[in-house]
Amino acid sequence: MFPPVPNPTTQPTPPKFGDQDLIRRSASNVTPPAQRQTEVAKLIDVSKCIGCKACQSACIEWNDTHPEIGINTGVYDNPHDLTPDMFTLMRFTEWENPETNNLEWLIRKDGCMHCEDPGCLKACPAPGAIVQYSNGIVDFIHENCIGCGYCIKGCPFNIPRISQVTHTAYKCTLCSDRIAVGQGPACAKACPTQAIVFGTKDEMKEHAAGRITDLKSRGFANAGLYDPQGVGGTHVMYVLHHADKPEIYAGLPNNPRISPIVEAWKGVTKYAGLAVIGFAAAAGFMHYLVAGPNRVSEEDEEAAEKLTGEEPRP
Amino acid sequence: MTNSWTDIRNTDLVVIMGGNAAEAHPCGFKWVTEAKANRGAKLIVVDPRFTRSASVADFYAPIRQGSDIAFLLGVMNYCIKNDKVQWDYVKAFTNAAFIVKDGFEYKDGLFTGYDETKRDYDKSTWNYVIGDDGYAVVDDTLTNPRCVWNLLKAHISIYTPEMVERICGTPKEKFLKVAEMISECSTPTKTMTSMYALGWTQHSKGSQNIRSMAMLQLVLGNIGVRGGGMNALRGHSNIQGLTDVGLMSNLLPGYMTLPNEKEVDFDSYMSTRGFKPLRPNQTSYWQNYKKFFVSFLKTMWGAAATPENHFAYDWLPKLDVPGYDVLRAFELMNQGKMTGYICQGFNPLLAAPNRTKLTASLSKLKFLVTMDPLDTETSRFWENHGEFNDVDPSQIQTEVYQLPSTCFAEDEGSLTNSGRWLQWHWPGGTAPGEAKTDNWIMAQIYTRLRDLYRKEGGAFPDPIVNLDWSYADPGEPTAEELAKELNGKALTPLMDPTDPTKVVVEAGKLVPSFAALRDDGSTTSGCWIYSGCFNENGNNMARRDTSDPDETGAYSKWAFSWPVNRRILYNRASADLNGKAWDPSRKLIEWDGQKWSGYDVPDIAPTAKPQDVGPFIMNAEGVSRLFVVGMMRDGPFPSHYEPFESPVTNLIAPKIRGNPVARVFKGDFAQFAEPASQEFPYAATSYRLTEHFHYWTKHVWVNAVLQPEFFVEISEELAKEKGIVKGGWVRVWSKRGSIKAKAVVTKRIKPLICDGKPVHVVGIPLHWGFTGAAKKGFGPNSLTPFVGDANIETPEYKAFLVNIEPIAGPVA
Amino acid sequence: MNMELSRRQFLAATGAGVAGTALGAFGFGEIEAAHAEAIRAFKLVNTTETRNTCPYCSVACGIIMYSKGDLKKGEKAEIVHIEGDTDHPTNRGTLCPKGAALLDFVKAETRLKYPMVRKPGSDKFERISWNDALDRIARLMKDDRDGNFVQKNNDGVTVNRWTTTGFLAASATTNETAFATYKVVRSAGMLVFDNQARV
Repeated sequence: MFPPVPNPTTQPTPPKFGDQDLIRRSASNVTPPAQRQTEVAKLIDVSKCIGCKACQSACIEWNDTHPEIGINTGVYDNPHDLTPDMFTLMRFTEWENPETNNLEWLIRKDGCMHCEDPGCLKACPAPGAIVQYSNGIVDFIHENCIGCGYCIKGCPFNIPRISQVTHTAYKCTLCSDRIAVGQGPACAKACPTQAIVFGTKDEMKEHAAGRITDLKSRGFANAGLYDPQGVGGTHVMYVLHHADKPEIYAGLPNNPRISPIVEAWKGVTKYAGLAVIGFAAAAGFMHYLVAGPNRVSEEDEEAAEKLTGEEPRP
Repeated sequence: MTNSWTDIRNTDLVVIMGGNAAEAHPCGFKWVTEAKANRGAKLIVVDPRFTRSASVADFYAPIRQGSDIAFLLGVMNYCIKNDKVQWDYVKAFTNAAFIVKDGFEYKDGLFTGYDETKRDYDKSTWNYVIGDDGYAVVDDTLTNPRCVWNLLKAHISIYTPEMVERICGTPKEKFLKVAEMISECSTPTKTMTSMYALGWTQHSKGSQNIRSMAMLQLVLGNIGVRGGGMNALRGHSNIQGLTDVGLMSNLLPGYMTLPNEKEVDFDSYMSTRGFKPLRPNQTSYWQNYKKFFVSFLKTMWGAAATPENHFAYDWLPKLDVPGYDVLRAFELMNQGKMTGYICQGFNPLLAAPNRTKLTASLSKLKFLVTMDPLDTETSRFWENHGEFNDVDPSQIQTEVYQLPSTCFAEDEGSLTNSGRWLQWHWPGGTAPGEAKTDNWIMAQIYTRLRDLYRKEGGAFPDPIVNLDWSYADPGEPTAEELAKELNGKALTPLMDPTDPTKVVVEAGKLVPSFAALRDDGSTTSGCWIYSGCFNENGNNMARRDTSDPDETGAYSKWAFSWPVNRRILYNRASADLNGKAWDPSRKLIEWDGQKWSGYDVPDIAPTAKPQDVGPFIMNAEGVSRLFVVGMMRDGPFPSHYEPFESPVTNLIAPKIRGNPVARVFKGDFAQFAEPASQEFPYAATSYRLTEHFHYWTKHVWVNAVLQPEFFVEISEELAKEKGIVKGGWVRVWSKRGSIKAKAVVTKRIKPLICDGKPVHVVGIPLHWGFTGAAKKGFGPNSLTPFVGDANIETPEYKAFLVNIEPIAGPVA
Repeated sequence: MNMELSRRQFLAATGAGVAGTALGAFGFGEIEAAHAEAIRAFKLVNTTETRNTCPYCSVACGIIMYSKGDLKKGEKAEIVHIEGDTDHPTNRGTLCPKGAALLDFVKAETRLKYPMVRKPGSDKFERISWNDALDRIARLMKDDRDGNFVQKNNDGVTVNRWTTTGFLAASATTNETAFATYKVVRSAGMLVFDNQARV
């Protein structure tokens, strides 16, 4: 058995990481620490997951969120999507394997991947609203968040959600408060079958290798680890029975990468960021380029255009 | 469970059939995933639905609900035909060699002695041939055609793979794959565990479902060994304990039974409980019955229970029927024969079958009392909730008291888990409002009743006013006081039977275990099998030592496991006839020439010689029973019977409907759909979902978020046939009621082909009602039939007939 | 959503954001005070731990309840968090979706707080004191028992049974409560007695 997550302490404990360990901060420069902390990771073994939603339950309780009671829409997924009050979600897919004609019920725990190269952070125009610690945790700081929604656009996994109450963005923190005192995330502690385990990234890769060997012995020839390099690897990884087809797991991206537009935006700020005009222009530019609905309202957009003096575009 | 949750890690093959452990017991299921990950164990799931357990299985086979016996006897037939039998085990540890009386036979679906008017058997031929020496006659060569083994072989020979496919709808090749995987566990070094739950019990032949698998496990030599066993996954946290302590109509604590009215006195009661050994040298442990019985009576009535009054034997009520189970209770209520009903943490309006009948029954009571930490539908059965509880309060004259009790977080004491571990828990929170502990409430009711009898007299007050209630605070006994009572104590100094000058237990001291109990009134013990739980060593249920030498999964110093801290029942059977482990890598206890020892408390006298004394010490035979004498009402062997409401007729015995000896009350038969009914063509089944626990968690916000609304599950094929869309509304109705639900249309349910005819399954989860945080909804029990298992009256919730149609949803 | 507020917030934040960017680029990026708030304070600090077992299924997972206030010291105790006990051999700290949400059971809105009575024909529950409720229940029980208790059957055999009032026992009460219940029910001669083993 993988060593279980220890019981919490009730004694005051100095946090194991903090501001001094920041390696990235949205729309800001930071001086990275001389020594990087050991990278941590959560490994989600989809082949061991029974879809019980204990992770969702533990997440709600630990983070004191209060999701709404919805309705049944003919599927098991509840709530129906990630929300500002539901940071993680079991997504159920009934997949008939064309090679075996067997039904496989693929159940993937969706949530923040804590990318090494975080698209949300890179897209974020609000200084300090998104930070990345040297252990790999990407966290949102709501006081600094302006609710613009660019983090959603920047995220290759479509994870952050904006609260209509506080107008700031929310997502999984990897239970940074628990990890800071030597705990594992609440979901990993709860997971009945250890489909979620937590440790250093190296340990997780090693554990995954053992799992993959077991799966291959059971006929899953394409079992593998999902640690997508397009985002520099992630601090939440999956073991998949069909690693050659991640998209069958409720649309897990095959080769996620940060949108080139977000990269361009980073380029723009780098050169134009010294001036007030630069930020707004670049923001408008990016919003124009990014397709699909955005949390930024048309009215907000107009206001931004007025600021920059740009003409509305079709 | 014969074994424990943590023992499942030792298995090679897990068969989940008649249950859905991943869904209903996720943290116990952990040990399945551990066995898979660490031992390369395989998991087979056999179920009408592709369940959450199936989602992580190595092999899944579909089966029509209510046809498990045919499937299991088919596997047994396969094993015997292919010589996949653990012969040494079968010969030494089962009654395979016992010769059965002439006259016993099985024909046309019935055993000898059936009386159709009584719906019962004369079981006199269902017995062994007894020799002149008073012992059962055996043939160790297994050649006598009347030996159990040969009768069994003949009995199950009709369950061929083809027949299994016709009855169960399991494609032959899938059945054969399962049979082959199971049969591999007939070697001494490979074992299988059976994890089952209400998917097997909630049938009119539930007990025989379980017997079928138990027999298969014996044929494979998998009982008593690490990683093996028959593992009943109990549904509620302390339903094991409530049953151990005997809270059922016909039980006394520790699986002793209440007298019936034919047992007119103490001696006639004891005369049928002698349990003389049926073979030489056998233990037949129930020979100690009298010690446990007298100690129980002394616990009840203390000084008032004397040898002169046969320890107050007459104060126990005597049964006139086999039992007043919950179905009979509602039947009596409906007939107007009951005045009052007290529900302690039980919500029968949702949990019992045929809700229309339940509401009518409760409405005829003079008074109803509920004790619960949560609001319940039962306590509000009289309240109108629109279509969810369409009653007219003004027409219901029942006086209802709703008493608020504490919950686990505010309460102290022990619960017995499925693996028979008694674990102590401590209170950590202040109860809300005026909520009180159950101990307080029961004591308050009792002391008031007693005081009324003391003051006013009345009908036979003796057993009430003489009940031993000598607690420090009679108004609220403490958990510790009651635990010590369960354990038992010496009332006078107990002398060593082999040395009458030596005191083994001083007067007033707690007994170390039930071995110290006496039949002369010198000891007490509320529940003999719990004896040892709280002795002079302290509260053993509160032990928290996690040591586990060689990681066997025994955890012998954690809490207390009944009996006498034994972790695996029948563990003597883990070793061969010479006392050596069948599988050296899975050693449990072994014989060293003088005594038994090992990782567990031996389930046999420590000095009992392996060749002489059989491992099944509770049985008079000393061995286990492939053929059962006397105990099962519906046959010494299992036989396939259809549910009372079945989409097909019984292929093996076309004239027989349901279980021929199951009790059916007058009026209820008329409320069953015909076999292969056109009016109710679909095979329904009810079950739990992992997001919820019974009818409790609809009160819990988080769980209501995770699974908010009542639904039914059907196949894509049935949906197409009926024009039902995913997420749309449907009406589902049976001969007894009608419900509305959302439709989950899924590939996880597929039509089964039974004898050439498609059978559609309609899955109906429970969990919804008209109180709590989740959306109001119906449960399945508005639809379920009012009939139970022939032996223990568990309602037939898992197989009944319905019809279904799409409807317009409610106007938003 | 209040669009007006949203727009103003957006504009205000835009200004702040721009300033931040500029300052950062000029090397004035001292970490703001708000920044350190990223990691939430650990919420279990200085709470009291109590060991318990999950009341739902028969796996009986070990749990730890964290409270403000300590019952053992005679204080009022409010449970603020519950999670799995890693020391427990069976569950090793894990919990299912029900167990992980036990706090919401303890604090459910529909927890019962006061004894209630519903009078015959009434359409509502009304508050009643414990004393009045219990006195009345004992009276109802005694009147029924006195009226319907069967001491001898038709054959003259002593049977001492009472079948007109029944008792349904729970599934999650302790063994100790079970035994107290057993004593009360059986000493009264009740036979209509069952538990939830079958459902």
